[in-house]
Amino acid sequence: MSANQAVLPKSLPRQAKGALYASHQKAYPRFQNNGNFRRLKWLAMAILFAIYWGFPWLRWDRGPGAPDQAILIDMPGRRAYFFFIEIWPQEVYYLTGLLIIAALGLFFVSALLGRVWCGFACWQTLFTDLFVWVEQFFQGERNARLALDRAPWSAGKLLRKAATQASWLLLSLLSGYGFVLYFDNAPTLTRDLVFGQASLNAYGFMGMIGLFCYLLAGFAREQVCIYMCPYSRFQSAMFDEHSLLVSYEVWRGEPRGHLKGAVQGRNPEDVFAGRGHCVDCRMCVQVCPTGIDIRDGNQLACIGCALCVDACNSVMDRVGLPRGLVSYDSSFNQAARSRGDSSARTRIMRPRVYVYVAVIGLVAAVMVYALGTRKTYDVNVLHERTPVFVELTGNRIRNGYTVKILNMVREEGRYRMALEGLANAGITVIGIDGEGLSAVELGVPPDSVGTYRVFITAPRASLHGKKGDLTVVMTNLSTGKVVRHESFFAGPE
Amino acid sequence: MATNTEKDTVSGQYTTGHEWDGIKELNTPLPRWWVWVFYITIVWAVGYWVVYPSWPTMNGYWAGTFGWHSRTQVVQDLEQAQAAKGVYLSKLKDASLEDIIKDKDLLNFALAGGRSVFNENCAACHGVGGVGAYGFPNLADDQWLWGGTLDDIKTTITYGIRNTNPNSRQSEMPAFGGGDKLNDAQLNDLAEYVLSLSKNGTDPAAAERGRAIFSSNGCDGCHGETGEGNQAVGAPALAAGMWLYKAKEVKAQKAQIISQIQNPKGGVMPSWADRGLDDATIKELAVYVHSLGGGK
Repeated sequence: MSANQAVLPKSLPRQAKGALYASHQKAYPRFQNNGNFRRLKWLAMAILFAIYWGFPWLRWDRGPGAPDQAILIDMPGRRAYFFFIEIWPQEVYYLTGLLIIAALGLFFVSALLGRVWCGFACWQTLFTDLFVWVEQFFQGERNARLALDRAPWSAGKLLRKAATQASWLLLSLLSGYGFVLYFDNAPTLTRDLVFGQASLNAYGFMGMIGLFCYLLAGFAREQVCIYMCPYSRFQSAMFDEHSLLVSYEVWRGEPRGHLKGAVQGRNPEDVFAGRGHCVDCRMCVQVCPTGIDIRDGNQLACIGCALCVDACNSVMDRVGLPRGLVSYDSSFNQAARSRGDSSARTRIMRPRVYVYVAVIGLVAAVMVYALGTRKTYDVNVLHERTPVFVELTGNRIRNGYTVKILNMVREEGRYRMALEGLANAGITVIGIDGEGLSAVELGVPPDSVGTYRVFITAPRASLHGKKGDLTVVMTNLSTGKVVRHESFFAGPE
Repeated sequence: MATNTEKDTVSGQYTTGHEWDGIKELNTPLPRWWVWVFYITIVWAVGYWVVYPSWPTMNGYWAGTFGWHSRTQVVQDLEQAQAAKGVYLSKLKDASLEDIIKDKDLLNFALAGGRSVFNENCAACHGVGGVGAYGFPNLADDQWLWGGTLDDIKTTITYGIRNTNPNSRQSEMPAFGGGDKLNDAQLNDLAEYVLSLSKNGTDPAAAERGRAIFSSNGCDGCHGETGEGNQAVGAPALAAGMWLYKAKEVKAQKAQIISQIQNPKGGVMPSWADRGLDDATIKELAVYVHSLGGGK
């Protein structure tokens, strides 16, 4: 059996033979609150939730008049703030860089460690995990919950169900609340939300995110991972035989079978002579949040949360067998060990790992360069179309322009506008004294766009043909930086 | 009629009994939630009939308990829009044109309003952006027939030109030529002189002969000795070389000038006060036209 074949599923999960459709069966995950991976999941949840609800409260001083929230997407103000970075709407391409890094990062960890993102960090997994814990808190263990759902309605059942739903709704609202904090000043928004003073937008988005949290984590659960999520479909394309995946040691576990008689006091080698180590207790199936059987091999519905590793280890401890019948391991190791070769070790450093690291580094370098050399001021010159040109007395031609100066720093900007490429051209700016000037000084308030209507007049002799090039040369008087904007000057034939 | 229904073992549903080459059709019932949404929409529709206009009656229609009407809705929307503009409009009513230009907010409001009113009422002749057309003055250049100050522009818009309003701007250029006053050769000389005023002449000898015809026929009375024009009577400045009746090619301009001397045309502009624009709107228009680039 080659390593690749070992990871192929033996049969499609949860499908009866001949059926093309399987109706959904509710999973009742057993919430086993011990084991290394369970602790890791709690830790990941604590850190990620602390980030989610905590980061909007971080402050970052940007000077007077500017928001002091470290991470803020200011929709009405058309700005996004991330610590020392401040982004204007036309710079959203920085987000592209972030998304590329996020995607490559996902490929990278998938190649190394399988679906750890799905199992430990995904929002859907975290909230589902928390919701299951709440469910277990009010309704009891897996078996108790199964019995409760079968039982007729009673006051006790109603109370348990109501308490569960109420807690879910509260958590959902909190998730919506955390989301909207990133779009407004967190302390004042919190006060406004509590006292009914916040905008309909804030309540609406809080309600919408909350509603989907409630539906997806409370009811849809593993169906999101299996049927809705696109990442689960392509993450397995990143795996190779050295990727660490949640694996069942087929060579050691099979043929499986229930234990006959007590194990205590007996030598495990006698008990398990002539049979596999799997005692078919189905603990690995019961704890699985997506309700699959890992013993069928690696499969699409496995989110790599490793809860079955904890469950199986606890059983192995009890029957006195070595741990790791279900473990985080590569198929390369599994194949080697099934041959009795225990010296084989998964290679961490593989060509694809180097490639991912190199590409991530490249994109990160490009982003750092782009952010480091980010323009703090820019100029746009829009040539007016109606009229394209106007003929004036004395054989002169006038063109109208709208000049926009983007002052992207938090202090008042002064700029000098001059022209190149058109002989004897004169500038007239509406709202500024003087006509036919060779250069004109324009001011723009801090952190805003200054819009000026500019007329440029030139003798007809200066223009050869219907259209000529014209360059607007804008000098930032405080930094000396020059921006040149190509435009044109039009006239009659 | 399908009679051969049977239970499908895979899905547990009955078939419709239809069969095509061995392919049978399942009779799967609609999902319960879907059916309930359907019932709710029916109930909703009944409520809709009651509160909104719906059924025809013998002598009209059922108006609905809400009393909603699309016409009153429009009136309400218009009132709301008017109220939203109220602050600026009342300021506009009282402010002089010079005050409007100095107040940046009021200026922006007037320019925005003026642009939309211009595009609705004026652009048909003067073009979007006031570029003008053959026989319709360009409002963006620096030449004005009746004056380009804010007050001149406002007067022209309010009363119009050569219309039936007693205050409208009036003037008429007399017809020359037609054989009795000026013959064809004289017309040619006069046109050459007019072209030479803007340094576009091609025949200095003819222009020299035309100078005498220009003064003896009293052209200078309105157009000025050096062709500087007279805005009081709407006489174009011939020396500017900008033609209201502009030929497509420079060479053909002489024919246009001769035609104008023989059979003068004078454009008509309506009085926009008579057409129903109120004073504040006309102020907006005046400020907008003034801003197009030629305002004095």
